[in-house]
Amino acid sequence: MIKVEDIYKSFNGFEVLRGVSLQVGKGEIVALIGKSGYGKSVLMKHVAGLMKPDRGRVSVDGHDIARLNAKELGRLRSRFGFLFQGGALFDSLTVFDNVAFPLREKTKLKEKEIKDRVLSELDQVGLSGSENKFPAEISGGMIKRAALARALVREPEIMFFDEPTTGLDPITANTILALISSCHKRLNFTGIIVTHEIPKIFRIVARVAVLDEGRILVAGSPDEILSSDNPTVQQFVGDSIEGM
Amino acid sequence: MNIVRRLGAASLFGLGRLGRMGTFLLKAVFYSLTPPLKFYRLLKQIWFVGFQSSLVILLTGAFTGMVLGLQGFYTLTRFGSEAFLGPMVALALVKELGPVISALMVTGRAGSAVTAEIGIMRISEQIDALELMGLNPYRYLIVPNLLAALIALPLLTAIFNVIGIFGGYLVGVKLLGVGPGTYFGEMVNYVDLTDISGGFYKSISFGAIIAWVCCYKGFYSGFGAEGVSRATTQAVVLSSVLILIWDYFMTSALF
Repeated sequence: MIKVEDIYKSFNGFEVLRGVSLQVGKGEIVALIGKSGYGKSVLMKHVAGLMKPDRGRVSVDGHDIARLNAKELGRLRSRFGFLFQGGALFDSLTVFDNVAFPLREKTKLKEKEIKDRVLSELDQVGLSGSENKFPAEISGGMIKRAALARALVREPEIMFFDEPTTGLDPITANTILALISSCHKRLNFTGIIVTHEIPKIFRIVARVAVLDEGRILVAGSPDEILSSDNPTVQQFVGDSIEGM
Repeated sequence: MNIVRRLGAASLFGLGRLGRMGTFLLKAVFYSLTPPLKFYRLLKQIWFVGFQSSLVILLTGAFTGMVLGLQGFYTLTRFGSEAFLGPMVALALVKELGPVISALMVTGRAGSAVTAEIGIMRISEQIDALELMGLNPYRYLIVPNLLAALIALPLLTAIFNVIGIFGGYLVGVKLLGVGPGTYFGEMVNYVDLTDISGGFYKSISFGAIIAWVCCYKGFYSGFGAEGVSRATTQAVVLSSVLILIWDYFMTSALF
């Protein structure tokens, strides 16, 4: 279980997070929505241990992330998968080598087993036949799918998705969301998705948290968010409801 | 009062940055001395920093030696001492110009590329991706560059020195008429092993400076293309200045 308790974070005097608290239950996916530049990715990076809060506590399965030493944090992170906004594929490696990278570095699998798993994962995300291409040679949607395959190849228990559909056309965006949903059914990971994909995201998440002015304004099921009478929440979802 | 406050803030900021640079170096050294070593990446970086810099080292070494031969001959002729052209060229190259110019060339060719590569990895979140896989970015990115620079720099300096001495020979002996026996014979009499080893100690320390500064600047580059380009410029300027400053202290300590 992920537990964020009253965390604060400032950058150069600007307070981005002002007492954020959030809980994500085991096997649950929570969507984080809110205005751009208001700390959604920052909050997620705190949970992943990429940033440390100025105040407050972030714990995963009872482990306070800020208090773990490098070895313990590495061990915890080996249970994580992270889909970055830009994919963060290694430029110098092919799609195959990118997906194989965590298996080669963090497992003792034989090359034959690695090959089978990578090809199977690439098949799942619809990238069969693109394994020998470099990231610079494939489209944005393919990069996201390759990055998703890399994040999922070790079957993580906790997944982070940083704007997985930003910059993609609606068809590719739907494909990515469907992939996330099917992978969740297969692996039953706990997940946090930072997204602007409203209302599509409501179909695949258990709960939605709205981040505004550095705090969680409202958190609840998609139905609760859609029926919320909070004016700020309405600003986020209002247009989307009309479009549904 | 305002000026004092600003001065204090700037000093604290500077001290903080120095501390971060120092910690970065300590971590790099620690991870260099402890297993596991990413051997394939080390070989790749030796190839990149060392082998791919050899052409520029050959060219600059040859022409530096030729200029030394030319200038040295006309200067020594004034005192009737042109017989000492060989030792003069060799000592200038082995003790000073070989290590310093090789280091400056490697900074410009390989150091800048290392900063840009690590900087781009930083801004495109590839370093974060490494960390989130439970992998140590120092072992993957910094240690191979540090060790590659420590191995490649002395070798490149050796090539620079040999080619430079040969360049001086071409000008002094073939063009200006100094006897070949005199050129090499006097060199043997005047160049000691301590001169050669001192030059190599310098080149090893310059390798550490280049790897340290260039990796650090890339690792902590700012945001976007502008941040990476600024980091690359700063890396080249700071490495070059530190090499020249450190050269003075090494020279006063070694010779």
